[in-house]
Amino acid sequence: MQTTQQDSSTTLKLIVAWGFVGIPLLWGVLQTLSNAMKLFQ
Amino acid sequence: MGALSFLDRQNTVAGPGFNRWLVPPAALCVHLCIGQAYAYSVFNLPMTKLIGITQSAPGDWKLTELGWIFSIAIFFLGVSSALFGRWVEEGGPRKAMFAAALCWAGGFFISAIGVKLHNLWLIYLGYGVLGGIALGIGYISPVSTLIKWFPDRPGMATGMAIMGFGGGAFIASPLSVWLMSKFSTPTHIGVMETFVILGVVYLFFMMVGAIIVRVPAPGWKPEGYVPPTTASKLITRNDVFVYDALKTPQFWLIWWVLCLNVTAGIGVLGQASAMSQEMFPGHITPVAAAGFVGLMSLFNMGGRFIWASTSDYIGRRNTYFVFMVLGFLLYCTVPYTGSIGSVTGFVCCFLIIISMYGGGFSTVPAYLRDMYGTRYVGAIHGLLLTAWSMAGIFGPVLVNYIREYNVTHGVPKAQAYNTTMYIMAGLLVIGFICNLLVKAVDTRFHMKDDEAERAAAEIGAVGKPAGA
Repeated sequence: MQTTQQDSSTTLKLIVAWGFVGIPLLWGVLQTLSNAMKLFQ
Repeated sequence: MGALSFLDRQNTVAGPGFNRWLVPPAALCVHLCIGQAYAYSVFNLPMTKLIGITQSAPGDWKLTELGWIFSIAIFFLGVSSALFGRWVEEGGPRKAMFAAALCWAGGFFISAIGVKLHNLWLIYLGYGVLGGIALGIGYISPVSTLIKWFPDRPGMATGMAIMGFGGGAFIASPLSVWLMSKFSTPTHIGVMETFVILGVVYLFFMMVGAIIVRVPAPGWKPEGYVPPTTASKLITRNDVFVYDALKTPQFWLIWWVLCLNVTAGIGVLGQASAMSQEMFPGHITPVAAAGFVGLMSLFNMGGRFIWASTSDYIGRRNTYFVFMVLGFLLYCTVPYTGSIGSVTGFVCCFLIIISMYGGGFSTVPAYLRDMYGTRYVGAIHGLLLTAWSMAGIFGPVLVNYIREYNVTHGVPKAQAYNTTMYIMAGLLVIGFICNLLVKAVDTRFHMKDDEAERAAAEIGAVGKPAGA
């Protein structure tokens, strides 16, 4: 029971931590990609 | 100092059950912030019009004066990573990240005051000196920690963090432009406010990284990981003291390999927009050139992760052989793509070249770990980054001055870069030879058992796990 709780807490921490850095990075990549598409227009 | 004891290395030792995949986001928190340095140029034009608003007025700063801000920052990056490398290694990642966060945010705040008072020296001091120190400390702070958490895939681990440095500009560039537009009025350009907000945001992000980061407990190994039992010539199981590494030829050979690889990439990275338009007049417009630069940044970032991860499978030295051989072939091909008017060929060549430029940065920490062990790898990496500072001068000078020389001697602009391309290819041949000469470090440089134990005690690696 305790192990299951610990597992779900770790999973939640991982999601939050990766989301914290991943979401801004993804936003930046999409912005850059949309600008880069001008090369092919 | 008791209040700051949570920063000490012994208080960052991970307890049982800590998931090592929480460490890369901590490293990314720092690298994504300091990676803003690549986007600093977005402030250049607005800062030339702080008085005149719509156009430069007497008393406004010139672009040449503003160019020094970035140069000073990169200079202090090299200096601080070399000077503080040992302190970062021994003090632990949290203390280093905390210091980097304060310097980075402090640099923005001082620069904001500089903009408010229209005093350029304050910006040189703020973003240039203090920001540069933050760049150096922040860049190396998570490297050895990641290598210790991922002994099975050190290339991938450091590649993830150093990818963040390449990706930081993607966030900073549009964010800065947006913030400046929000704070600008017909009588004011919102650079100062943007600096303040960026300083606050970066301070928060980097502090989160400092709080999350943990070092593994002594003797920790990933579950199921069995260290290779067969000895590999180019992967040591011993540690070399940071200043002893400087006495080995391997350090200086890798220094040149990095310097030449970066020189080859950094020159074209800075001139990509102008070069593409001049080599393909009428085919590549300024807007398309901007798109090309954006695409290059994406490959610079992606290359950092992909090449470093690949090096875990094919070996560090082989990865650099690929950079040198493939880079040589591609640089020799670029003039041909120009002569036949192949924009696609030109773009493909440079995207691969720039991915290897990024890959050179991200693969080198694992290369050093293979040569010198994990104990002082962060500090040795810090010393090696002086190669970056050197390349930052060599690369742009080579591209700009040779182009200038050719143009003044009647070479058409479309062919003015050909000589530079062949020189870059030549540099990679030298890099290939340096890489070829890299052999295992002589055993006399290895730390003795008692030295290693003393060093471990000094850096508090035997502290009790936090939260255990």
